[in-house]
Amino acid sequence: MTILVLAEHQDTLLDEATAKVVSAAGRMGGEIHVLVAGSGCRAAAEAAARLTGVAKVLLADEPSLSNRLAEPVAALVVSRAGSYGAVLAPSTTNGKNIMPRVAALLDVMQVSDVIAIDGPDLFQRPIYAGNVIQTVRSVDAKTVLTIRASAFPAAPVAAAAAPIEAVAMPDNPGVSTFIGSALSRSERPELAGARIVVSGGRALASAENFDTVLAPLADTLGAAIGASRAAVDAGYVSNDLQVGQTGKIIAPDLYIACGISGAIQHLAGMKDSRVIVAINKDPDAPIFQVADYGLVADLFEAVPELHTAVAAKAGA
Amino acid sequence: MKIVVAVKRVADPNVKVRALADSSGVDLANVKMTMNPFDEIAVEEAVRLKEAGRADEVVVVSIGSEKSAETLRTALAMGADRGILIRTEAVVEPLAVAKLLKAVAEAERPDIIITGKQAIDDDANQTGQMLSALLGWGQGTFASKLVVGDKAIEVTREIDGGLQTVSLQLPALVTADLRLNEPRYASLPNIMKAKKKPIDERTPADYGASIEPRLIVVRVHEPANRKAGIKVGSVGELVERLHREAGVL
Repeated sequence: MTILVLAEHQDTLLDEATAKVVSAAGRMGGEIHVLVAGSGCRAAAEAAARLTGVAKVLLADEPSLSNRLAEPVAALVVSRAGSYGAVLAPSTTNGKNIMPRVAALLDVMQVSDVIAIDGPDLFQRPIYAGNVIQTVRSVDAKTVLTIRASAFPAAPVAAAAAPIEAVAMPDNPGVSTFIGSALSRSERPELAGARIVVSGGRALASAENFDTVLAPLADTLGAAIGASRAAVDAGYVSNDLQVGQTGKIIAPDLYIACGISGAIQHLAGMKDSRVIVAINKDPDAPIFQVADYGLVADLFEAVPELHTAVAAKAGA
Repeated sequence: MKIVVAVKRVADPNVKVRALADSSGVDLANVKMTMNPFDEIAVEEAVRLKEAGRADEVVVVSIGSEKSAETLRTALAMGADRGILIRTEAVVEPLAVAKLLKAVAEAERPDIIITGKQAIDDDANQTGQMLSALLGWGQGTFASKLVVGDKAIEVTREIDGGLQTVSLQLPALVTADLRLNEPRYASLPNIMKAKKKPIDERTPADYGASIEPRLIVVRVHEPANRKAGIKVGSVGELVERLHREAGVL
């Protein structure tokens, strides 16, 4: 079986999620090709060609692919899918947007958010906010999967690069047009791939407190900032920082939950973190049931104190 | 302008659902059920478009057992005009749901279909995208804002790293994200009124679509529970343990 991986990238940069999906594909057994679809994206294709396990990179470099709209990208993937037994993408917002469209056009039932691959057609995936894990066998002729990138290691960089082959874009379905985007600019690492995440809940009480209380700690640690749905609902931070069942699902080395009670929907997004720290003034908050280190304290005192201690350690 | 909204009856989000002892599925006996929260947002958006004079009719569709009629009644109480219940006791996967909804769309000819972005039971996040693919329509997934014009709809989407706005030719499909709106609670008079609104009952066979599952559930189990760790007495102790024990600082 040959496997096609749809790359996640920013044209000039390949996202680490792609390397993780390549390693997931490796568990299915078979030759792995990576499709890089974008505009001015040769650099991303070259990075994909250097991932261990990749036999070939298909490069679709077209202005119509510049914003990864689902309709043209799905048309492209479907046009290439014929010779592949499986098509994989990370469960990023692009993967979640594009892949079910691909699956339906191929008359395949997609397996979403795969966390373990037990065979070429046997997959584990979380349901009910990760409270339950379902193992499914696909009976479709092809499989279409989205992969939870945080559940797989990144494929390492190889010594030799795989060949890159240019592929043509089929006719754009032409039903959608890109109007604009508003991306949050941040010097901080990206939430999905950050090694350390400092997260805040409703107890932060305002957008300003995210900036004045949480941000200094995050910046000293080189951490990304996350938030609970309650904090997003209250308008303290933008939705792309939401950690949870329907937001980002992450597994950093260190997750510091500040003023987050720990609803099951939030736990679904972070319980696979290697080390969890919870700071909450309610000793009965459910977050303490999953935390490796719990500190019962007012976050407005504890977080600045933690910042000072970490800064002192960094300076020492 | 006509809007079709698809709604699903799911376990209440506050319930911690458990696997059955024989690993064959999940235990939903005596579990409180409700409308999928993202579908409530979808219904609310359609009703607001009607109230704003942009839409003339809001039709809600659900696929499931006769109890899914309760979910449709909730949507009717929120302000939808009529319901379609496609009755089946079978498990219907997103691809099959999309095929049934495609047949509904061909009969109803709506200008916009709105679904929730994801059902919080199977967490698949597929149905809307699959439906728009089968119809050949544009898709505005994870929507946080809609601007409806005569020939096109502008959808602002929640994406990794921020927002993206796309324009879709009508008819088009939208999936609702969290910040699209805050759904209303139905008032008692509206709940009473909803009882008189029509619900058309159908079966999958009426639409000639196969709902045969493509995924065989081999096993359903609960993940190993993370054990609670320790409580530390001070920030100093926390930093020390993160450094010496956990090795993350």
